[in-house]
Amino acid sequence: MSRFALIVAHELKLAFRQGGGASLALGFFVLAGALFPLGIGPEPGILSRIAAGVVFVTALLATMLSLERLFQGDFEDGSLDLLALSPLPLEAVVLAKCLANWLLAGLPLLFAAPLLALILHLRSDGLITLFAAMLLATPTLSLVGAIGAALTVGARRGGVLLSLLVLPLFIPVLIFAVAAVDAATQDLSARSALLALGGFLAAALPLAPWAAAGALRQALE
Amino acid sequence: MHRFANPARFLRMSTAIFPWIAALTAICIGAGLYLALFASPPDYQQGESVRIMYVHVPAAWMALFVYTLIAVASGIALVWKHPLAHVAAKAASPIGACFTFIALVSGSLWGKPMWGTWWVWDARLTSVLILFFLYLGHMALMNAFEDSSRGERAAAILALVGFVNVPIIKFSVDWWNTLHQPASVMRLGGPTIDPAMLRPLLLMAVGFTAFFFTVLILRMRAELIARKIRIARMARVHGEPEWTRAAPGGAA
Repeated sequence: MSRFALIVAHELKLAFRQGGGASLALGFFVLAGALFPLGIGPEPGILSRIAAGVVFVTALLATMLSLERLFQGDFEDGSLDLLALSPLPLEAVVLAKCLANWLLAGLPLLFAAPLLALILHLRSDGLITLFAAMLLATPTLSLVGAIGAALTVGARRGGVLLSLLVLPLFIPVLIFAVAAVDAATQDLSARSALLALGGFLAAALPLAPWAAAGALRQALE
Repeated sequence: MHRFANPARFLRMSTAIFPWIAALTAICIGAGLYLALFASPPDYQQGESVRIMYVHVPAAWMALFVYTLIAVASGIALVWKHPLAHVAAKAASPIGACFTFIALVSGSLWGKPMWGTWWVWDARLTSVLILFFLYLGHMALMNAFEDSSRGERAAAILALVGFVNVPIIKFSVDWWNTLHQPASVMRLGGPTIDPAMLRPLLLMAVGFTAFFFTVLILRMRAELIARKIRIARMARVHGEPEWTRAAPGGAA
């Protein structure tokens, strides 16, 4: 097995052995999404209007919560030093960690999102676009979030700081993801918004691991 | 560039420049304010409210300029380990945040009578708001670590990552159909704004820039002095370091 796959497998094994694994981010996602009908009221008209926004905002927060421990545990027990010394470039290590994070936190959200959208009365013709937008958006969130996680390694009050750093960078993804779903429910073409999301992913895929690896090197210096 | 990496040389140079740039600030902002508030005509559509523009537009320019400067300083600091570049980025960040805040607030005050609302979620306003959050994150990250040099390096990377937002803000009015008006000064084919209004606007812009450098010099000097004090305190706590003991009298 290649070193890259080993790191991914290691992360997944750790998450499942520690219990919880994927379910924590998922639980937060569904629960936070279900709070909106309770707070706003059960009227289907209002709920279907805000459904896409609620789904993506809660997905964004759930991803952010899963990012806090992305490098922190490895930094504290010293395995980050070993990963940095391994023959695999640190950029690839970061990419492997992002992939594991996405498999654990992003992928479950992907399948829970249509369900959450259903109980929020999203119009059914928006569901496929919602799924596609989630598919393109959640990896970008993991990648961009990894930069924030790498920058706040070893920081005081890292969790709060992480949200301050990462949430502004998430905003473009949020805007275009919601725009795609809104276009689909209003019988317009969601193509341009989905293309923009794909563009973000294509840009984040090489650039985010590079920036995050740079930040980790500074932390280990 | 390494000629300027010496903090002592920077302190000498900044002492020489400081009075001139402070005077330039006073003259430009003084003359600009007089022209803007009294000697320029009211707009045919906006009436007297147009005078908010003379503060709003330079503040918004400065918000972008300062962030660009921080990003450049951060790049220099990361690549060449330039000691003053970190100091410059650290000193510039709160000033830039203030300019961004002024741009947001003055725009909001102008928007209420003109658009009938304090705030709209269009691309320009939203991206400037993101810029404000980036400034806050930069300042928070700078101070988040026990080891201040670690905070500086982390903040430098964040500044470079956040720089993607700057072209988005600049071109947001061209790329999207926004309520915010498109560029009327820095555009191809020359400014579309009347010279009677352009003159005070440019004076204010020069004044704001000079003001920024005045405060930047003050803050950088304060930061350098604070570092000296910190080192002196550490030296006292840990006993005198080796190099002072080597020279008799400790006058090094």
